[in-house]
Amino acid sequence: MKHFIKEGFKPVDSLNDPTDGHQWSIMQKLLLGLSPKEYFQQLRRNPFNWFLFMIFAVGLPVIVYRYINGLGSVMHGGFDYPWGLFLGFGLFCMVPLSASGFLLGTTVELFGHKGFKPILNLALLNGLLGYFFAVVFLLVDLGCPWRLYYPMVVAWGTAAVLFLVGWHVATYLTVQVLEVSEAFFEWINWPTAKNYIHKGTIGLTVAGIILSTLHQGALGTLLTYAPGKVHPLWYSAEFMWIFFLCSAVFAGLCMVIAVSTIVKKTMAWRCGDEFLDNLDTITIGLAKGASMALVTYFVIKLIGLIHDNQWSYLATGWGKLYMAEIFLGVILPVTLFSFGIRRKSVGLIRFTAFLTIGGLLMNRLNTVLITFNWNLYQEWPPLLETIISVTIFFLFVTVYRFILYRLPILYSWKTEPAAELVSVPVPDLADPSPAQAKQQLVSEMSS
Amino acid sequence: MSGISRRKFLKSTVVAGGSAAAAMSSTKKAFAMKEFEGYPESMGVLVDLTRCIGCRTCEAACNKEHGLPEPALPFDDFSVFDQVFHEGKQKRRTTEKAYTVVNRYETKDQGAPVYRKLQCFHCSEPACLTSCFVNAYTKTKEGAVIYNADVCVGCRMCMVACPFSMPAYTYDSALHPQIIKCNFCYDSRLKNGKPPACVEACPQDALTFGHRKTLVKTAHERIKANPKKYVDHVYGETEVGGTSWMYLSSVPFDQVDFNTTLQHHPILDNTKSFLGIVPMVLGIWPAMFLGFHLLAKGGKGEKKDKESKNRVEVQGE
Repeated sequence: MKHFIKEGFKPVDSLNDPTDGHQWSIMQKLLLGLSPKEYFQQLRRNPFNWFLFMIFAVGLPVIVYRYINGLGSVMHGGFDYPWGLFLGFGLFCMVPLSASGFLLGTTVELFGHKGFKPILNLALLNGLLGYFFAVVFLLVDLGCPWRLYYPMVVAWGTAAVLFLVGWHVATYLTVQVLEVSEAFFEWINWPTAKNYIHKGTIGLTVAGIILSTLHQGALGTLLTYAPGKVHPLWYSAEFMWIFFLCSAVFAGLCMVIAVSTIVKKTMAWRCGDEFLDNLDTITIGLAKGASMALVTYFVIKLIGLIHDNQWSYLATGWGKLYMAEIFLGVILPVTLFSFGIRRKSVGLIRFTAFLTIGGLLMNRLNTVLITFNWNLYQEWPPLLETIISVTIFFLFVTVYRFILYRLPILYSWKTEPAAELVSVPVPDLADPSPAQAKQQLVSEMSS
Repeated sequence: MSGISRRKFLKSTVVAGGSAAAAMSSTKKAFAMKEFEGYPESMGVLVDLTRCIGCRTCEAACNKEHGLPEPALPFDDFSVFDQVFHEGKQKRRTTEKAYTVVNRYETKDQGAPVYRKLQCFHCSEPACLTSCFVNAYTKTKEGAVIYNADVCVGCRMCMVACPFSMPAYTYDSALHPQIIKCNFCYDSRLKNGKPPACVEACPQDALTFGHRKTLVKTAHERIKANPKKYVDHVYGETEVGGTSWMYLSSVPFDQVDFNTTLQHHPILDNTKSFLGIVPMVLGIWPAMFLGFHLLAKGGKGEKKDKESKNRVEVQGE
């Protein structure tokens, strides 16, 4: 792709072809404005595509193998360790890392911090895809994936925390699809639908906050079903939900920093000027938010330690792991973030964001897999389970990249030639009028 | 039944949805309710470890009753007691092929080995049941915790939640994977008032079948009559809110692989503080965040309102 850009090629970013004024066809949009031959050329030239191809060549057959031979053929099938990487990573890690959507939705749409607007779409997409692939992980992990809809339709286990998680992830996924659909409707040129969705922005954002508060917390609460199995240092009957919710805040923000870093490095050609020019300022802003959440997290973790009087466990081997997790994933990131923010060193902030994500992965995997059954025996995910997890993760990366290449996530869609823009009044879509917001409020309250 | 009402309460807290008011009123009702103490007519089994000789007759009877696959080693082969798994960290456990197993323990407090039978404890308020999001489990009024494979999605939350790690899963089945665990012989026996197969088969009278309430009394009487023989504790009387299967032992329970660190109230209680905030979040968040939104608009709401109204009118023309 970089090759074509060098030659002066401009990927599709508008309704009409700027050279002759014709509307782009869907096919042309899908191929980014390249001819099929050229598209195939750039596909072949990019070494990352070959890397993906190799992963899928190995991983997809293993997934098929899992469906033919059952879960036991790829997991260790231990009765004491019912959950492996599919849920430990796919659900417990992907969901907090996808908290970005509701966080930036709140910041931009609800609190009106328009400075973050250029990154809003990326945060929303990150949320949508993260949740979607958490469900894909679920489809691999469930014994009977074809019954995924059962808790919605067939049998209601309403007292169960998992019931809440299931419903909330499903409804929140719908909310996120609607939020991202604005960009999609813009791309396929259906302005009526786009405007219709846009009217509901505030409602969707508030729904996003409610659902996120509850299911991020509910994921933590799931573990209170297993008090003796989760190690006491990672367990708190009272605070589990708030630990998970709070860590989702910095995880989601750091994920946006991390993804925007990768995007800037690997597909700058697709980024609009608004995105590229503001990214450094936005990154520093996100880092400020993440540091706040990290400090809060550190404080409440400390309160948890005091509340349950778990000091004696710190002297054990598990205690070392716990302290390593807190140091690498909380204390060090806070320190580095504050250096980075004070010196406006965006590079340091970006590095720290990756570090924080590492810390979150460590926390979730420690809680759900590594210290689980700490007084029993250790079970490690076998090779095939790891291969499937890696495959689905790169499926996530592939879909992510496919959408970023096309939909107006990183750039803004140009609907009219600049000259006509003056004569045709384009409604100010970025800023819903207070009347609309009020109407929204009324309809929200009455529903 | 207060147990059903509790489930109703939780149901309302979880699915309260838009109506925060309704959820709040049911929350109030539920907190005024007394704790669920199990079904009054619940049956149970008292296992006296001092009487068990490790003959494995119960294992054989269970295998026959439920038509389970023949084990690798026959039931009169006692070398299974020497089997250890996971680098010696675990003895035999219940599997998808065995609802119950007996293990042997050489303890330091006693010269002779102690044998311990293991199966589903049939809790009064089972964690498997309360953690299941499709209600695949039922606690029958006779005391059995039974499982319905027809609605099971296979999330294995129940296996995570079970404080005794009893449920096994047929991981190897691609099309009909399901949870496998002791069902108290509910369909074939308990429903008709008959004791389970293992109890009937026991030649040593180590397993006593009866009403749970009576068994608690029996257990304490045995301890009282022979205080030197027994440890003064009935395992299962209060553990995780009480279980239908209870144990008496001559050696401290932790020496025969019982988890002695379990809480003495139902596992469900751990989730209540969170489930309690659910209707509050549903009720408070919309107004609160919309309020923040209006505040963030800088209090210029009314002015802008008029302006925008005018604008709309102009546009309308």
